[in-house]
Parts: sequence; structure tokens; C-alpha cells
Amino acid sequence: MKEAAINYVPQNWYLVLSTFLFCIGIMGVLFRRNAIIIMMCIELMLNSVNLLLVAFSSYSGNSDGQVFVFFIMVVAAAEVAVGLALLVSIYRNVMSTDINVLNKLKW
Amino acid sequence: MSQYLFFTLSFLTIISALYVVFSRNPMYSVLSLIVCFFTIAGHYILLNAQFLAIVHIIVYAGAIMVLFLFTVMLLNLNKETEPHKTNWVKVAAVIAAGMLFLTLIASLKSTQLGTYHLPPRTTIGLVQNIGIKLFTDFLLPFEISSILFMSAMIGAVMLAKKEK
Repeated sequence: MKEAAINYVPQNWYLVLSTFLFCIGIMGVLFRRNAIIIMMCIELMLNSVNLLLVAFSSYSGNSDGQVFVFFIMVVAAAEVAVGLALLVSIYRNVMSTDINVLNKLKW
Repeated sequence: MSQYLFFTLSFLTIISALYVVFSRNPMYSVLSLIVCFFTIAGHYILLNAQFLAIVHIIVYAGAIMVLFLFTVMLLNLNKETEPHKTNWVKVAAVIAAGMLFLTLIASLKSTQLGTYHLPPRTTIGLVQNIGIKLFTDFLLPFEISSILFMSAMIGAVMLAKKEK
């Protein structure tokens, strides 16, 4: 326990790492057309926020942030279950997971 | 020691996260996302959040990624069926994300961090403390989340059911 990162790693590094992960997630959402990959990038963004919450919680010595992370995980699991079910039913209708096929609401 | 651990874990996290985005094959994207989640669990252990590290591995690597993997296999996605955006859209995406990163870093630079002086109380991430917190202060959200799970389960079954 003495070797915990809190004593040696500045909190700014966790800020930079979480920001970078969040930007990678956003880049993935803009970059890909496959809907499954886009959902994975959303998971990546959620995880970067989780990491930041855990870092703040640990550095301030208050465990409320970790409970929030727990609830975010619950919501993420529910979201993935519903989202993948939606994707499967979309795939049954148009035989593709390309988001450019689903452009009926675009204009 | 923990600085080297931090750098190693961060390097692995960033490389695998980038591979999720840039990989041509959706299967490799899923696998590298699993690696990314494991390294994030390593970060949690480094931050003394042991309970969350275990829950993270169980929920993400154990449940969510298996669901993703099943869906990718079920829909039979591979390199040939993978749609791609045009090149200038990709360049625009990279530039937009880079600009966002620069803006966030520039705004975070002026924050006053590092003023926390941690009390020698490093047991806040253990299951006992989280459990006490969860069943006293956060009891109502904890119970409501079970309703959320129930509705998500029913919704998933209903959506994925074959229409007659």
C-alpha cells in the first residue's frame, strides 16, 4: 500500500491520460462507419471518464467518486445490452451495420 | 516504481485504444478493446481502488466485451464487409479530435491541482468501505439501478426477438 501511485504520480498525468482517451473515443466515433465500432468508442469515452473519477476520488480521499463509477458501469452494461439488441434488429432489416444506410432521418 | 508502472500502463492503454479505432478488422478492434480495459483495471489498482478494478474486469471484460464479441461473430463482420469513410472525412476526424484535445489540455493547464494532501487513509477503495457507502448514502440509487437492469433486460429481449 505504501507504493500507491498517489504518492508518486501527479494528478495532472491522470487528467492528460483521461483527456487523451476521451479524444480517441471521439475520433473513433467520427472516423468509422461501422455501428459496432462506434459503440465501442462510446465505451472508451465512458471508461476515460471513469478513470478520471477514480483518480479524483482517490486523490481527495473520498469514496463517493468510486460509487459513481460503480453506477456508471451499471448504466454502461444496460446501454450495451439494449444497443446491441437494436443493432441486431437493424441488421436483420437492412443486412448491414453501416450507419450511412440509415439516413432516412437525415434531411 | 509506480511511475514506471503508470507509464507502461498508459502506453499500453493508448496504443490499444488507437488500435480499436484504426484496425481494419472489427474482431481485432474488440480484442484490443479488451486489452485496453485490462490496462484500465491496472490503473484502478494503482490508484488503490481494488474493488472497482475487480468489478471493472468482471463487468467489462467478462460481460460487455463477450456481448460485443458475440455480436461481431453473429453478424459475421470481417475485413471485407467493413465500410470505410472517404479519406478527407478521416483526416477531418483526426484534426477535430486533435483540436478538442488541445483545447481541453489548454484549459486544464490553468487548473490548480496537486494541492490535495492525501491523508494516510488508503483503504477507501476496499470493498468494505464502498459497501458501507453503497448501502447507507446511496441505497436508493442502488435499488433503482436494479429496475434499470430489469427494463434493459426486457428491452433487449424484446428488441432482438424475431418479428413474426
